[in-house]
Amino acid sequence: MIRFENVTVTYPDAPAPALAGVDLHVPEGELCLVVGRTGAGKSTLLRAVNGLVPHFTGGTLTGRVLVAGRDTRTNPPRELADVVGLVSQDPQAGFVTDSVEEELAYSMESLGLPNPVMRKRVEETLDLLGLADLRDRPLATLSGGQQQRVAVGAALTAHPRVLVLDEPTSALDPGAAEDVLAALHRLVHDLGMTVLIAEHRLERVAQYADRVVWLPDDGPPVAGDPGAVLADAPVAPPVVRLARLAGWQPVPVSIRDARRRAAPLRDRLGEPTPTPAPDLGPDLLHARDLRVRYGGVDALRGVSLHVHAGERVAVMGRNGSGKSSLLWALQGTGTRSGGTVTVDGSDPAGRKPAARRRAVGLVPQQPADLLYLHTVTAECEQADREAERPAGTCRALLDHLAPGVPGTRHPRDLSEGQRLALVLAVALTPEPRVVLLDEPTRGLDYPAKTRLAQALRDLADDGHAIVLATHDVEFVAEYATRVVVLAAGETVADGPTLDVVTASPTFSPQVAKVLGPWLTVADVAAALAGR
Amino acid sequence: MKVAGGRSPGEGGRAVTAGRAPHPGAWWLWALALAVVAGRTTNPVLLGLVITVAGLVAVTCRDDTPWANSYGVFLKFGLVVIGIRVLFHVLLGGVGGPTTLITLPEVPLPGWARGIRLGGPVTAEGLVFALCQGLQLATLLCCVGAANALANAKRLLRSLPAALYEVSVAVVVAMTVAPQLVASARAVRRARALRGDVPRGVRAVKVLMAPVLEDAFERSLVLAAAMDSRGYGRHAGLPAPARFLTGALVLGGLVGLCVGAYGLLDSTAPPLVGTPVLVLGAALAVAGLRTGSRRVRRSRYRPDTWGPRELLITASGVVATLATLLAPADLGGTALIPSTVPLEVPTLPALPALGLLCALAPLLVVRRKKP
Repeated sequence: MIRFENVTVTYPDAPAPALAGVDLHVPEGELCLVVGRTGAGKSTLLRAVNGLVPHFTGGTLTGRVLVAGRDTRTNPPRELADVVGLVSQDPQAGFVTDSVEEELAYSMESLGLPNPVMRKRVEETLDLLGLADLRDRPLATLSGGQQQRVAVGAALTAHPRVLVLDEPTSALDPGAAEDVLAALHRLVHDLGMTVLIAEHRLERVAQYADRVVWLPDDGPPVAGDPGAVLADAPVAPPVVRLARLAGWQPVPVSIRDARRRAAPLRDRLGEPTPTPAPDLGPDLLHARDLRVRYGGVDALRGVSLHVHAGERVAVMGRNGSGKSSLLWALQGTGTRSGGTVTVDGSDPAGRKPAARRRAVGLVPQQPADLLYLHTVTAECEQADREAERPAGTCRALLDHLAPGVPGTRHPRDLSEGQRLALVLAVALTPEPRVVLLDEPTRGLDYPAKTRLAQALRDLADDGHAIVLATHDVEFVAEYATRVVVLAAGETVADGPTLDVVTASPTFSPQVAKVLGPWLTVADVAAALAGR
Repeated sequence: MKVAGGRSPGEGGRAVTAGRAPHPGAWWLWALALAVVAGRTTNPVLLGLVITVAGLVAVTCRDDTPWANSYGVFLKFGLVVIGIRVLFHVLLGGVGGPTTLITLPEVPLPGWARGIRLGGPVTAEGLVFALCQGLQLATLLCCVGAANALANAKRLLRSLPAALYEVSVAVVVAMTVAPQLVASARAVRRARALRGDVPRGVRAVKVLMAPVLEDAFERSLVLAAAMDSRGYGRHAGLPAPARFLTGALVLGGLVGLCVGAYGLLDSTAPPLVGTPVLVLGAALAVAGLRTGSRRVRRSRYRPDTWGPRELLITASGVVATLATLLAPADLGGTALIPSTVPLEVPTLPALPALGLLCALAPLLVVRRKKP
């Protein structure tokens, strides 16, 4: 169905090709997962399938790409719209109309399908993706998961034979991600559609894949059976890493397969030795009965939170459960309609912005919003001036968080991980005791996440209090000492990570699902080594 | 005939169509008709009635959508317009009268600026005149606001002939950029506060500009890529002569329409410029759009249809217009433009007012906004 023949893509002014010597064949009716480090060329590969590379992005493509027998050299993306549906990373940015039904019909209108066909397909798609209740809703009012499902539906109505999705679950909470993936699974099995997905959160997708294509940083792509390919890849879901540790063959990619082999390992591990409750430092952040109201909507309804120095708190919850509102209200820049916040004995909202950020640093969801200069060095120098710190403070922090970021690079050209490190360094320059991060793991691959978790652990050990909002259960398992779960603006759970996370399957990391009371592969490895 | 709002996917096509909002064109024609009424009168009582009718219908019949609140925005804008009109009158003068309220110091102007006055006496008659004129402009704005609240301009663009499809999509995309820029600027400004400064004034523009514009460019590229992958502009490559013919016909038609409308409205224009040019222009435009539309290979999902409801909405507006345009002197024709010198208390013109009440008819046929 999709055939790459010796494809090399080079963007203008790029020192090296983004893709080199790709030979790949994806047969009809397969769900194929593309994995690789950030910047390995996953998006380029996906966009080459419908001709956006190079027709839209520029650059040179040598070799050839065939989709359903059509060559992308002679068929620009619009002429391939009837065979390839593409769902981009940010669904909202790709919406052309403003209501659900019209968006679903848009591709069909472009293809000139007759009205009765369109009506039928829209109804089918509404049912298939569970969108029937939302049919008249304006797209802007939908939640992230709903928007993602509309974007998938909009690509589906044209009945393409290939569906290409770029990180379809990166913005979604675990529940919504399950919904989207279940819908895709159905498409592959019921309609025989060929699906190509790129995703960083392999723990969510790997089990559904029939085939995995790994794009190494150098060398040709490796394609094959999911377990076999992931076993050697640097990006692998925890269950695969656990299998590597335990030496299971063939390597399982689903929880079910892993559990069936895990009994001996469970026996060998036994119960984890209860870690003594860490000595908590002084109470740094103290919020009581926090309320936030936007227009007529209650985003937070009375949330209380105390965070001590050295604690690493993760705030979890559905899209729209109030996580971001909580962080912004704690920092003092966001809206707060009721309740009190005390940091270092006073309310940050009452201070001037400069004094506020010396008390509480916040890394927003779009870290790039914080950056506006043209080089990394200029940003660092500006941060030193704003914080009235000696020159070089910010750069030193950056080098500690992510060594070797070139100072002359434009912040927009950094990788996601490097940019996050830069913004974190800027936020840390005035030496706030409390650090808040909103969804920092979007677009980070596993090694980058591990580095971030280590950096945050170091900060906490230095006496900082860290609060982080995220959907990423694996990252929470790796990083947090305590988890707070919000639902509809209220706290529904607050406790040590192990207790909260293992209490519900939605928030359980893969290792806990396989082995019970263990959170990460690193914990298991340490326990095995100690025995 | 009242139409229920609820419906399920299983219902037949008819029921679904009936539950949909009326054709946006009907609302715009209705609002245009009210605007014509407002254009023909400076009687504050009648203008107030127009604002009330437009507001009542807009608030009752609008959909539950984010842009449905635009009536309030336009109403505020109208108040600003009245304020500006009165301010200009006070500063620059204009219509005078015997009742001087205050006298502002007059700025002497050089000889070549004769006829323009800065300052000077402010009369009650002039003030009332300015107020009425400001109110007239504000009423026109309210009509536009009502149309906007009732029928999203984007939906109206969707109803354009297929030949103008490419243009209408470009306009729709451009219309979404402005709110996005505002949202993006707000986010960046909030993020800037995290770096310890809340930029104001000229510096704010400088500091916010780069991230906001970068964001806007990035978004438009994503949107363009999405539209391309979804078949926008597919098979649109018409042969050059056909494209030229279509363009010439449409352009010529539009010019004809403009000249014709001008001739019809301006009583001093030669009679040949009026109706004949208008008719010729309309014919050209229709021909152009038809030749163009026949070559566009795309279809439309649920085209807005024109039914009895739409007819009633439009007719109710037209009745209001006719009642005003054709009102005989003794039924309110003279009260349309009350005299300001000498001042007189405006009376309610009977027939135009009655006509305006007819314009409330949409309240009867359109599904109410859910509480």
